[in-house]
Amino acid sequence: MTKSNIKTSRRKFIRSGIFAGLTSVTGFSAGIVVNRAKAESSEEKEKVLTTDGRLVEVDKSQIEEGKNSVVGRKESMKGLPDRKFVMVIDLAKCKNARKCVDACQEGHYLPKDHEWIKIYYLQDAPNTSPYWFPRPCFHCDNPMCVSVCPVGATYKRSDGIILVDNKRCIGCKFCMTGCPYSARSFHWKEPEVEQPDVEYSPETNVPAKEGTVGKCVWCADLLRQNKLPRCVTACPMGVIYFGDMVEDAVTNGVETIRFTKLMEQRAGFRYREDLGTHPSVYYLPPVNRNFPVDSGFEGHDEEIRKRYEKSIEQIIAK
Amino acid sequence: MNGISRDSLLLTFKSYLETTTRRWYFVFFFLLLLFLFGIAGLIRQVTGGHIVTGMRDNVVWGVYIVNFIFFMGLSYAGALISGVLHLFKSDWRKPIIRMAEIITVVSLVIGPFFIFFCIGRLERLPYLFIHPRIQSPITWDVIGISTDLIGCFIFLYLSFIEDFAILRDQKKINFPSWKHKIYRFLALGYTGTPEQQKAIRISRNIMAAMIIAIAIIVYSVLAWIFGVTLQPGWNSTIFGPYFVIAAVYSGTGMLILLMYLFRKVFSLEEYITKKHFVNVGVILLIVAAFYGYFTFSDYLTKWYGSVKMDTTLIDKLFSEFYWMFIFANYLGILIPIIIVGIPRFRTIRNITIGALIAVIALWFNRYIIVIPTLETPFLPIQDSRIDWINYSPTWVEWSLTLAGFSVFFLFYMVISKLAPIISVSEMTHETDEGKKILS
Repeated sequence: MTKSNIKTSRRKFIRSGIFAGLTSVTGFSAGIVVNRAKAESSEEKEKVLTTDGRLVEVDKSQIEEGKNSVVGRKESMKGLPDRKFVMVIDLAKCKNARKCVDACQEGHYLPKDHEWIKIYYLQDAPNTSPYWFPRPCFHCDNPMCVSVCPVGATYKRSDGIILVDNKRCIGCKFCMTGCPYSARSFHWKEPEVEQPDVEYSPETNVPAKEGTVGKCVWCADLLRQNKLPRCVTACPMGVIYFGDMVEDAVTNGVETIRFTKLMEQRAGFRYREDLGTHPSVYYLPPVNRNFPVDSGFEGHDEEIRKRYEKSIEQIIAK
Repeated sequence: MNGISRDSLLLTFKSYLETTTRRWYFVFFFLLLLFLFGIAGLIRQVTGGHIVTGMRDNVVWGVYIVNFIFFMGLSYAGALISGVLHLFKSDWRKPIIRMAEIITVVSLVIGPFFIFFCIGRLERLPYLFIHPRIQSPITWDVIGISTDLIGCFIFLYLSFIEDFAILRDQKKINFPSWKHKIYRFLALGYTGTPEQQKAIRISRNIMAAMIIAIAIIVYSVLAWIFGVTLQPGWNSTIFGPYFVIAAVYSGTGMLILLMYLFRKVFSLEEYITKKHFVNVGVILLIVAAFYGYFTFSDYLTKWYGSVKMDTTLIDKLFSEFYWMFIFANYLGILIPIIIVGIPRFRTIRNITIGALIAVIALWFNRYIIVIPTLETPFLPIQDSRIDWINYSPTWVEWSLTLAGFSVFFLFYMVISKLAPIISVSEMTHETDEGKKILS
């Protein structure tokens, strides 16, 4: 452990050394002194749990707050170790409150056009009842979007998450035609929402870039901090469960349930299993609903209601 | 083809190669104007973002991709007519192969530009080479098209070497000295020795065979960009051969159009006769029949079954895209077949009209392959904005489309100033061992 400790501190010192060296030669030597002094003087140690589950003791001066570090492309490709994330959406509870959409757009500084989670009004057959269908990115295990990307701008991680690197994306939109769930959206113009002045990370897709593709990232940055995705916490009905297949547990922020049990008891399914994409998002059928489906039209702008008009007409026509 | 002397053929082109008429300038500047209009559109798109096009999140590919497939299809004409006829050594091909070969190279140069227009971040185009992923059909396309372009260019150039030597050595036409220097350079010191002739003959045979294979591969790969996806209407096993046939069809049609145009412009009635129109017309007829057959079997299987997404797509084709569908897949096939098939209708003008219909129909064929599928995703489009539901191209897209076509003809105008549009060397070759095989 001490060896790796030295290694990291050395890397750190080299990095800071280079930074200093860029400014001046004296700065370079000063950088070394400061670093060495820091490493030697601090005797306070702290026990830290690493992401792969080891308990290590590190120098206090070495500890940086996790949320401050921006995860770059290389790190973002790895995925959190020993995790396989899964989402379960309970269709019986959804009433198109759209809080997930708002929280997502706010959290990712998305323009109104971009709904990484979209709520559809679906009816499966002429004599069945319509229901509300939230659709995030399915983070498929056999992802079409990743296969067709010509430059490796979109990739699948070991924990199941699929990300888009908008610094690599050339904007060919092949992934958008590849995705059978219309889960991806394109920045057709400069994003209308002011983007924060932060370093870019594929885990957040912020700041957005014109001419590139974006999509739901399952709030990979929050997961890294052991927090739930924004849509999960924002939903007032507790529709969306998020969790880990390895731990076999999912939670909607209120209750935590075993994933396998939920699937067994509530007849969980995946949307369009026949397409062979193996989504990581499961649905629970809209049985014993908490709300009448029409309540989903209430309290929204004219624009939102208009979206579903055509689908309602088709349903009535049948 | 006997009795045509090198001198008389050169004299036919003498006035075009020596002087430039006012009409030439007029047409040239008109086309240039269209091209500049396209540049204006491109500037608008680069500054304003892709929002200035009609493309939106559902229909992410529009007229640009249609043009891309269309021009790549045209490029097939050269590969087929010159490649196949070269290998068969049919004599009648001689006056028209150069036109066909130029179609190939020119449209291969223009086609990829429409992909560039479609790309959100043009400055990252080099990433296709820096960070390529071989799993992606786009990477297959990058490899295929660049190979095809190089191959077809070599094939075209090989047929030009002898002509450049002739132009360098002849005394009938007075060229300015800079042109003379160009010919001397491009002729690569060809003097017509038996070894040189043999080298050119062998390399042309090899290249002819190669470009046929490459063209089939490239066009299949292009079809697979659509075929490999899960989208209804695209996910079809027939798409590879279907696209190849459609490409040959539009390319052959384009060749007839150019034959007609050059015959008129250069008064080539002596060299390009009705026989050529009928022969190429027959190729058009055969390909039309194949194309119709493929179209029919592709849509029949989609229509006869009752897969929900296919039904939705077919419904859309027969409602919103009704006239396009009828034109592209009925008239565009039947009219050329009737015109060439019934001897009474087989005049040069009629065949040209048939070819024109075929070429336009093929553009619409690509349109109704690309757009309706994108308008019918698996999850229904639920949007209040009409432009996000239905695609309609904007002036920016049309301007670049027009620019593409104008550049196509501009290339021809410039090339026809540099060298005769009929291969002089080919026309005056005395011996042709091919006669033993076919004649």
